[in-house]
Amino acid sequence: MTAQEIVFSALGVLAVGSGVLVVSTRQLVHAALWLVVSFGALAGMYLVLTAEFVAWVQVLIYVGAVVVLLLFGIMLTRAPIGRSDELDSGNRIAALAVAGATGVTLVTLLVRGFQDAKIDLKPGSGSGGAVGESLFRTWVLPFEVLSVLLLAALIGAIVLSRGGGED
Amino acid sequence: MHVVYPVVFAALLFSVGIYGVLARRNAILVLMSAELMLNAVNLNLVTFDMWLRDRLHGGQVLTLFTIVIAAAEVGLGLAIVLLLFRNRRNIDVDRQDTLREPEEVR
Repeated sequence: MTAQEIVFSALGVLAVGSGVLVVSTRQLVHAALWLVVSFGALAGMYLVLTAEFVAWVQVLIYVGAVVVLLLFGIMLTRAPIGRSDELDSGNRIAALAVAGATGVTLVTLLVRGFQDAKIDLKPGSGSGGAVGESLFRTWVLPFEVLSVLLLAALIGAIVLSRGGGED
Repeated sequence: MHVVYPVVFAALLFSVGIYGVLARRNAILVLMSAELMLNAVNLNLVTFDMWLRDRLHGGQVLTLFTIVIAAAEVGLGLAIVLLLFRNRRNIDVDRQDTLREPEEVR
């Protein structure tokens, strides 16, 4: 194991572990805070993979915006703030079976498939300059379409949450 | 670095997200679990971009697109959840059974 693999595995265990806490904790606000830990560890994993720009976008948008939005949602729906046993539905066993089967299948398949594949990590291909250049040269049309999509989604969210459409 | 490490962590994160979507009752927690699944896909995209040394950086650009779509999805999802809360006073996904078949048919 190289140093990169050790750091990456530590961050991965952190991300998956806090992900498990997100889906198993009994307190709603704690789930949102564990989500911050999981996304932060993922940003660290992107950094180890030399994708710096994606890592900082992850920190800005996920940790900064999405989690805050989710916390707003928790507050506005007057969710139970303390411990609550109502957060899980009755089909936990079936969910565990499906998730376990998916995990085992995917891990077996991927380990067998990518046994000999090695990434040659060289810094540079994930910098803001490189990504921005290809984003605004090759991918500029999807980028613009995506900005229209984001605008439409935000207008839709405003229309939905303004409420009282027909009356 | 082996490709196996990031790919396996992405698969584990994805199955944790699947468990959360299926097992959680609160709609906001279901949204959070969907975010976990989206992040697992992002990790895969970045990994394969780095492995294949894509000259157009397709994987990283697609990751940025996925992050934007996830932000839009959370915004819309929370608007729908708030609307649900205003109309029903609860956001438990297994209590939204207005469209369920009546008991005698089942």
